[in-house]
Amino acid sequence: MTKRKTEKIRFFKKSMEKSQKGLYNMIIEVGELDHRAINEALRGTDREVTLSGCMGQRFICAGMSSGNVEVCGIPGNALGAYLNGAHITVRGNAQDAVGDTMNAGTIVIHGNVGDAVGYAMRGGRIFVKGDAGYRAGIHMKAYREKIPVLVIGGKTGSFLGEYQAGGVIVVLGLSKDTRRIVGNFPCTGMHGGKMILRSDCRDLVFPNQVTARPATPEDLAEIQGYVAEYCALFKETEADVLRSPFTVITPDSKNPYKRLYVAN
Amino acid sequence: MIQKEGSVRIPSGCAIAAVISKNGERMTGEPIIRAMKPMHDRSNGLGGGFAGYGIYPEYRDLYALHLFFDCRDTRKACEAFLKECFEVVRGEIIPTRKMPEITDEPLIWRYFVAPLRSVLSNLQLDEKSFVARTVMKINTEMKGAYVFSSGKNMGTFKAVGYPEDVGAFYRLEEYSGYCWTAHGRYPTNTPGWWGGAHPFTLLDYAVVHNGEISSYDANRRFIEMFGYKCTLQTDTEVITYILDYLVRVRQLTLREAANVIAAPFWSTIEAKQDAYEKEKLRYLRTVFPSLLITGPFSIVLGFDGGLMALNDRLKLRSMVVGEKDDKVFIASEEAAVRAMEPEAENIWSPAGGEPVIVTVKEGMF
Repeated sequence: MTKRKTEKIRFFKKSMEKSQKGLYNMIIEVGELDHRAINEALRGTDREVTLSGCMGQRFICAGMSSGNVEVCGIPGNALGAYLNGAHITVRGNAQDAVGDTMNAGTIVIHGNVGDAVGYAMRGGRIFVKGDAGYRAGIHMKAYREKIPVLVIGGKTGSFLGEYQAGGVIVVLGLSKDTRRIVGNFPCTGMHGGKMILRSDCRDLVFPNQVTARPATPEDLAEIQGYVAEYCALFKETEADVLRSPFTVITPDSKNPYKRLYVAN
Repeated sequence: MIQKEGSVRIPSGCAIAAVISKNGERMTGEPIIRAMKPMHDRSNGLGGGFAGYGIYPEYRDLYALHLFFDCRDTRKACEAFLKECFEVVRGEIIPTRKMPEITDEPLIWRYFVAPLRSVLSNLQLDEKSFVARTVMKINTEMKGAYVFSSGKNMGTFKAVGYPEDVGAFYRLEEYSGYCWTAHGRYPTNTPGWWGGAHPFTLLDYAVVHNGEISSYDANRRFIEMFGYKCTLQTDTEVITYILDYLVRVRQLTLREAANVIAAPFWSTIEAKQDAYEKEKLRYLRTVFPSLLITGPFSIVLGFDGGLMALNDRLKLRSMVVGEKDDKVFIASEEAAVRAMEPEAENIWSPAGGEPVIVTVKEGMF
């Protein structure tokens, strides 16, 4: 680490001590800090922190179990990786692999996200105001009470929910362009969890191992919960969003790979 | 002893960036160096490089050959060889900056040359084919000499090191061009040598590549039938030759070339509504099956007057495009686009296999 960086960290530690004593809002000017220095500065604070001027630093808030972090600028890849309960709000776009393997907590993105958002997430919730790239929700999984939820307000690229093993993926398709709500090959390898798309999905081709059906009244009750939360976060009108057909996609079998293995 | 490219294969994460002015306005190398800084962690210090277009306007009609030499004797021998077939208008050391981050540099020279008319008529070759053939000859037969740039009014600058340091090493702030591409290397298959850094070039084509193509050997076997020699075992080299073959030799458009190397799946082709497009995609996949590139890649191809960015058809690598006024910015990460232009607009990610082609307005470069 350069001398300049070490000095900066010392400065931030001091200002952090100061703020912990009395001030509620703390601003960390990211500047040239690398991801290690940022996370070090974040650790040990449960308060409201604003990271200002992010420029591609990876792993921001990795593993954090508490706190409330606002991110300004462009956070780097794997924002909130292994997140364990903290809340992150991004004021613009985020890059790839947001919430990689996150366990608990919330990530709210007021812009678009790159590829593989919610990569292998196994708990917590991610809300994206705009579009997502390829492979959103790849290999999401659930266990007992841990059910991850990924809500995307706009449209997504191809391979949505690839290898999805659990949890809920909701795509609302609210962005105003002529693209389909999802690119090619959604649900490839999906074998668990549920996907809800705000579309009749007539223009989409799903693989054989999943069933796509119009939402039932029970589904709609569940959908309404997610939509309400999305609309509260991003100031949309709930009634407008709900005024549309919804399609629910689930895998046909709980364990489609059973026949591939020898029973023992 | 350090093993060089081509002698060993170790079974890539990388960073790429590019900027182009559609009005042909010239920029120094500083913005593109800035782009590489937030992506520092995508490289590991074993290679960085840049290509600048429009940087040698005073020699715009001459081929600018950039060469690495291992020693003075090699240089002398190579210069003698060059003089046999080229008029060498100027030969000089490429100016560099001594810095602790960049070590073990070879001798780095450039020559502005024009092929001798008599040689061309003897061989009955056009100028470009002759230059391409000569570059192949030097790189395969002349031990210790390596041509790493051979276009007109463009130049490649590459080294072992982090890209931002490589840019400073080559004093890129002293050049100005209408288009720049850049690469930060994280070699996974080869040990990392100066010649193996990106961009890979042939004539005015320069390719920067993030990824790891799994069709390398199939592609190599095919392309070597047409006189190309893949000497470095790195996949980017074969991409460069494929694009040269498709675009220069076979006269395909860039979009058609993109449809060959990142061909859509048959199911996607069959679902096309436009009958002409469907037939064309079928045709290209049928005629050039061995040039389909599989495995993850995101590339930027620079050429005289423009660039093309392309992802593999599964989009296993990231790429972001942004715009501001007449400039277009492309990078592996949005942060890099913002580093070049904080106010960049229309940030979007091209789909897998969807080429982004940007050209400078006619007559502006």
